[in-house]
Amino acid sequence: MSQHLRVNPIMCTGHGMCAELLPEFIRLDPWGYPIIPAEPVPDELRGLARRAAAACPTLALLIDQRRD
Amino acid sequence: MTVVATTTWRGAPDRRIRRLPRLLAGLTDGRTTGLNVHERSYGPVPLPADTGRGRAARAKASRLIDVVERSGLTGRGGAGFPTGRKLRSVAAGPGPAVVVANGAEGEPASRKDRLLLSRAPHLVMDGISLAAFAVGATQAYLAVHDDDPRLMASLEAAAQSRTVAGIDQVPIQIVGIEGRYVASEQTAIVQHINGGPGLPTFTPPRTHERGVANRPTALNNVETLAHLALIARYGDNWFREVGLPSAPGSTLVTVSGAVGRPGVYEIELGTPIGEVLMLAGGPVERPQAVLVGGYFGTWLEAETAWPVPMSHAALRSVGGAMGAGILIVLPESSCGLAETARVIRYLADETAGQCGPCMFGLPALADALADLAYHGGRGDAAARIAGLIPLIEGRGACRHPDGATQLAVSALSAFRHDARWHDEHGPCFGIRHEPLLPIPGDVEYW
Repeated sequence: MSQHLRVNPIMCTGHGMCAELLPEFIRLDPWGYPIIPAEPVPDELRGLARRAAAACPTLALLIDQRRD
Repeated sequence: MTVVATTTWRGAPDRRIRRLPRLLAGLTDGRTTGLNVHERSYGPVPLPADTGRGRAARAKASRLIDVVERSGLTGRGGAGFPTGRKLRSVAAGPGPAVVVANGAEGEPASRKDRLLLSRAPHLVMDGISLAAFAVGATQAYLAVHDDDPRLMASLEAAAQSRTVAGIDQVPIQIVGIEGRYVASEQTAIVQHINGGPGLPTFTPPRTHERGVANRPTALNNVETLAHLALIARYGDNWFREVGLPSAPGSTLVTVSGAVGRPGVYEIELGTPIGEVLMLAGGPVERPQAVLVGGYFGTWLEAETAWPVPMSHAALRSVGGAMGAGILIVLPESSCGLAETARVIRYLADETAGQCGPCMFGLPALADALADLAYHGGRGDAAARIAGLIPLIEGRGACRHPDGATQLAVSALSAFRHDARWHDEHGPCFGIRHEPLLPIPGDVEYW
């Protein structure tokens, strides 16, 4: 199983919490909205990814488990 | 803008109709074809007496879907998805389904859906009824823009006359959709019918799985349904008699810009773009480029565009897309960058404002393009625009931002020489040309 992050762009209002908690993986565009790589979350960052998803004030950051 | 006068349909119900026109065959000058004339022309809609959820009726419905699948009919709203496959998956969904006909033509340069709805409403409604039977629907909707009360009233009357005549087992409800660009996006229509604000929603769930009232929903363009009405009558072999083996049938195109006779034309799929433009009177001035597919479409240089067949595959192979069959000819005297800047500004204004990258990215893209078109760059304009594209593309809930970036990217490619000129020397003479591409709310130029 690989773990992918996805953002619901309608819910996201650009708080930027995710990029704060997971700067190794998520960066922000010039308007403050997260840019999520299409690649799976590296194993060592999975815990932080879960925390980032839980910390999103609008619950816009989603974790997808995908079968490889 | 004129609408093509097609020869009047003279065939008896059982007689084979000529190759083309098909959808536009029954049109008499400027008038709406009433139910009587419609049934005299095409014969009654081939619906069985029992369209319920019983085994016999479902077997017949499945055979109708077989015919649609064999015909090779694909969606005429832009995406080009196989219609038979869509109906099959909705029919297989849990519980009673819903059928929605999308007649809310959002593309400012398209007129085909309005033409069909205003002149041949019963062909579309036959298609709605057949689709409802095919998927076992208990509700059927026809969505049109609410900015045309006369059209809505005439569709209400047409639906009423069918109910009185006992044609539609599922009554067709006419739904008025807000006249903005994104409101005709399919998830937006579904949300509107569900009592929501009529804006695109985050997917999944997809419409065919969970749409109206959370039920499996078959949402089809009105032209697609009109084709379905003919396929159900004349069969899949008949449908394949025109067009390409890989892209069978006919399709409606709206031609405008610098051509002699702008209007809606019915063509065989696979007709080269140049030939379609000749049908519309040919160029009235030396053509520079052709906008194919509408405002989510692609600019192609005139010499590239001319031989390309009108089909999804052929257009994709040159980096284009068929969209809803829109062709706009840009004359040499116009500035393609200025035209594109105006359209991107319009698309930026039309954002639903739900997704940040679309809400902020499109105005930034419009600014950058307008800067290049009207003021000239400082030698770095093209790079600035190219840098914005990945910040916008694929980052919205619907395809609105992607459509805009595709148009901008194709403009930078088709008008690359002009873009370099603007960037290094300032605006070209073309920006003085009167605007060509129609923007709703602006003066209509056709």
